[in-house]
Amino acid sequence: MSKAVKQKDAVPAIRLQNITKRFGSVVANDNVSLSVQHGQILSILGENGSGKTTLMNMIAGIYYPDHGQIFVDGKEVVIRSPKDAFQYGIGMIHQHFKLVDVFSATENIVLGLDEKEGFSLKRSAKRIMQISLQYGFDLDPDKKIYEMSVSEKQTVEILKVLYRGADILILDEPTAVLTPQETEKLFAVLRRMRDSGKAIIIITHKLHEVLSLSDQVAVLCKGRYIGTVNTAETNESELTEMMVGKKVSLNIARSEPKDPVDRLVVEGITCRNREGAEMLHDVSFTARSGEILGIAGIAGSGQRELLEAIAGLQHVDGRILYHNPKTGQTDDLRDKTPLQIRELGVRLSFVPEDRLGMGLVGNMDIVDNIMLRSYRKGKGMFLERKNPKSLAEKIIHDLEVVTPSANTPVRRLSGGNVQKVLVGREIAASPTVLMAAYPVRGLDINASFTIYNLLNQQKENGVAVIFVGEDLDVLLELCDRIMVISSGKIAGTVDARTATKEEIGLMMTKNSADHDRAQEGGAEHAAETA
Amino acid sequence: MPQKPHKAKEPLFHIAKRDAIVWWKAWGIRIAAILIALVFSGVVSYLLTGENPLRIYAKMLEGAFGTQRRVWGLLQNLAMLLCVSVAVTPAFKMRFWNIGAEGQVLVGGLASAACMILLGDKLPNAVLLIVILAASILAGAVWAVIPAVFRAKWMTNETLFTLMMNYIAIQLVSFFVYKWSVPKGSGQVGVINRATHAGWLPVIGRYDYLLNILIVAAITFIMYVYLKYSKQGYEIAVVGESENTARYIGIPVQKVIIRTMLISGAICGIAGMLLVSGTDHTISRDTAAGRGFTAIMVSWLAKFNPIFMVLTSFLIAFLEKGATEISTAFGLNESFSDIITGIIIFFIIGCEFFIQYTVKFREKEAAK
Amino acid sequence: MIWAGFLQRAIMQGIPLLYGSTGEIITEKSGNLNLGIPGIMYVGGISGVIGAFLYEQNTASVNPVLAVLIPLVCSMLGSLLMGLIYSFLTVSLRANQNVTGLALTTFGVGFGNFFGGSLSKLTGSDIPSISLTATSNCFRTSLPFAEKCGWFGQVFLSHSFLAYAAVIIAVVTSLILSRTRVGLHLRAVGENPATADAAGINVGRYKYFATCIGSVIAGLGGLYYVMDYANGVWSNDGFGDRGWLAIALVIFAVWRPNISIFGSILFGGLYIVHNYIPGLDVSGQELFKMLPYVVTILFLVFISMRRKREAQPPAHLGLPYFREER
Repeated sequence: MSKAVKQKDAVPAIRLQNITKRFGSVVANDNVSLSVQHGQILSILGENGSGKTTLMNMIAGIYYPDHGQIFVDGKEVVIRSPKDAFQYGIGMIHQHFKLVDVFSATENIVLGLDEKEGFSLKRSAKRIMQISLQYGFDLDPDKKIYEMSVSEKQTVEILKVLYRGADILILDEPTAVLTPQETEKLFAVLRRMRDSGKAIIIITHKLHEVLSLSDQVAVLCKGRYIGTVNTAETNESELTEMMVGKKVSLNIARSEPKDPVDRLVVEGITCRNREGAEMLHDVSFTARSGEILGIAGIAGSGQRELLEAIAGLQHVDGRILYHNPKTGQTDDLRDKTPLQIRELGVRLSFVPEDRLGMGLVGNMDIVDNIMLRSYRKGKGMFLERKNPKSLAEKIIHDLEVVTPSANTPVRRLSGGNVQKVLVGREIAASPTVLMAAYPVRGLDINASFTIYNLLNQQKENGVAVIFVGEDLDVLLELCDRIMVISSGKIAGTVDARTATKEEIGLMMTKNSADHDRAQEGGAEHAAETA
Repeated sequence: MPQKPHKAKEPLFHIAKRDAIVWWKAWGIRIAAILIALVFSGVVSYLLTGENPLRIYAKMLEGAFGTQRRVWGLLQNLAMLLCVSVAVTPAFKMRFWNIGAEGQVLVGGLASAACMILLGDKLPNAVLLIVILAASILAGAVWAVIPAVFRAKWMTNETLFTLMMNYIAIQLVSFFVYKWSVPKGSGQVGVINRATHAGWLPVIGRYDYLLNILIVAAITFIMYVYLKYSKQGYEIAVVGESENTARYIGIPVQKVIIRTMLISGAICGIAGMLLVSGTDHTISRDTAAGRGFTAIMVSWLAKFNPIFMVLTSFLIAFLEKGATEISTAFGLNESFSDIITGIIIFFIIGCEFFIQYTVKFREKEAAK
Repeated sequence: MIWAGFLQRAIMQGIPLLYGSTGEIITEKSGNLNLGIPGIMYVGGISGVIGAFLYEQNTASVNPVLAVLIPLVCSMLGSLLMGLIYSFLTVSLRANQNVTGLALTTFGVGFGNFFGGSLSKLTGSDIPSISLTATSNCFRTSLPFAEKCGWFGQVFLSHSFLAYAAVIIAVVTSLILSRTRVGLHLRAVGENPATADAAGINVGRYKYFATCIGSVIAGLGGLYYVMDYANGVWSNDGFGDRGWLAIALVIFAVWRPNISIFGSILFGGLYIVHNYIPGLDVSGQELFKMLPYVVTILFLVFISMRRKREAQPPAHLGLPYFREER
């Protein structure tokens, strides 16, 4: 190693000291301290909502910390904007790409710059090629973004940062959207960048990636900094334990399922997104009446596609069989529109993740939102608002929705109250299957318990409840069975009464194929497996 | 030593979306805007005429309400503008920018004129009127549904498409106007069926425009009820607010787009019929007289509520009548009314900002 | 030669459209769909007329330089003001672009016709038109050797400086859009303002500048029409629907001013082709006049069905941009 690199090793490239950030009453980061050396890759590991992205956004100048200091190359700095961050050689690659679709890679990379030597796309393209060559990227600088795969777009984002001379790179869950092959390519590039003296921070919650890539791992759990370990000295179960934290008892009531029968049988469904990437692969499971089936998994593992496929909003291959308790018939719901599903007499309720963008209409009042499910009822061409109105008042009363009146646009309600309206409406349709995606996200304790109680009531009424959640403590106490989904595949189903957090955490972070590999002792390149 | 951040650029003020505003405050802002606009227009008129501004306002009122005849004229103008505004409203509520009302009205009028000319002496008047109505509705609906189909199926930009359809309609009318012109080659159709009154909308009592006004009042009321109380109106609102929610709930979005544009075009067609068979008894490329465009502003200013539209079309119709009176009284060109209308609309458009947003000025103690 | 005459007339018809479409392309590239262009072109025309009229009234001998300069500056100021109104309402006050644009057209056309009408009254003539022959002659000075160059001279060299300026402006705009940093940033603002904003580009400023510069350019189209095409005679509504045709041309040129040059000649040709078809009666002529619009619609449908990304309108066209509070 050259002298220069060694000298740099003495002071960390970036050091955070006692960083605290609050959003209102929520503490996103509590007294976090970290450091990365030049020529080092640090993984930041944590579950959804553990505060990883918030922390990194403070380095990138998107948020400003409430307390604590940031040091770059040993000097304390103040980073107020992404521009400031760039001045200190910090570049962040966000999960959501900020690219102009009809522009070429080069045009996107130079966008917003004001280079002294003037404007020449040709020269810029040349420099991009040089950087690509140096780190082993594979990119045509003239290719348009809309013709690119997700991984190529990511390459453009990384090049954008490198082109601006960043020394410290932060990548927010860069592998979430990549295939294993692409992931391995990316890792090769990152290793090369490390070797050339760059400091790299990568946010992830995939254990095998952490182990195969990074030099050090910092673990966050619910906004708190748990500790940093050297990758060489740790293993998966230790990391999982740090990541999921101690089991917290929530005291959610749970009854025994009463004579469960198969209600919804999903057989081998596979689904691709618009880019052609496989979002679900050969997923099969059964939801039973009088039971809550939990779905655990890293966000974006295919939960959304799965629920939308059942709700008739997503094209899939395979079969989705519904056993109608009234008629005793079995129908295949695959590729039926929501209307056709309803016309089959399937009473399916769905609380989607995107409450105001899909489940409700923000500018309409509570009554009109309640009516979304039922407005077709009744003969004639006119709406019947009397029943929805009394239903709205009932929901407001029963679920203690805080609102000036039933005629208040839901956009003006707080998150918890919005969710109560949505869940209340879906339950009022007296479903036989109830799907809820992250129904307590962003809700306070009281509102969360209201939702748990509602789901439990539905279960006792014999409804097949499917609950997609992110908090493992909740899943373990609320559900009867937990199905773990990982990268669009079912990693396994466990009994929620006996399973442990670590067990589920491990299943979430590695897919089944990794298991085989790990047993063969090939943990280092586990990411190559499909 | 911490490095100094480059000047923390805290902007002088920032703009935030208002949560909600009490209705009387919102209307207070709007009325204030109209008053300021009127004062401003008064100043403009004063600069151009040198007249006492109060006299100018008095003239405006006189122009609009001076005689019974003028009041009827005002009501007729109001009704026609209202009709077109109501027609474009369901499309706008669906966030479909139908700026092709001008063309849809024209083809409706063209269909009426064609029936009057071609069938005037062949059918009994009652039957003829029904044929005229059907033909106008059909013509307007066809003109509107063409862009809608392309938008629903291929996402073709509806603003540009409907805009272009206007001029095709105008040229189509021009074509027939020359074909039917009396005397040949004059470029004017003249009053159709002057002698027989075949295909003319009947006159109620002695009031020329009463039937038009009643028809438009009925359409406005029906549209209000349709949008607010019917299942289809509800679907339009949901599609307009969020196509995602519409799909989630099982509303067939493409079908709603096409159906709504059919309705929008059909009412434009009726407006065309009221103009040709109910008012002018002739056709020219100016039959719609820009109402298709003005209606967009009227509908938008009324927040897509047909009842409020009575007020906003009244405002525009009043301004037109009043400003026309000013221009004749003070020897100005009749386009004066367009200037005044433009100014007032600018003010009303601008004031919406203060209803939807608040401007917060920088506090002295900027947070570190 | 008939076709040489036809081509010459087609170019003359095309020049106002070229100005209008170049102006509107710059505006639309910033994401602003300015439907006020027809009004702006009226204002550009009448402002020039007012300037020329006042100059001609107040001077004994017409100085050719001033006779061109005064209307030119007046016209540019008039359309600049229109652009500022539009930008202020849609960018600063976030008003709906369609409504603002249509109001601007109502206002602009009214403004043009009003002063067109009132100025004539001041001259004391009965006919509702103004004749600015002296100014027009200065504007219409063309290359002296054009007549000697046969058909080539007639078609390409017989035009006035404003015609050549239109072509030059279109070419320069094209180059700026495709080859410069400003052009790149402007296109980014119209395609994806959030990304442009994140890259440190001042979205509001780009929208303001693009809209105002676009308005000024479009306004020159109005000036050309009055001073060159109409020989300095203003007649109310004489400009007709050319403003809308200019917006149609934007689509036909797939938002590229260099294509607009040829498109404008084509549209100009389609606009007058009825005069050159033997045996066509007046009504048939009217039918022919819809050709540019029909062509535009077919083209619009074609590009939307083909879904070629480069040929689409700017992705954020017509939508307001408001950076939410972080």
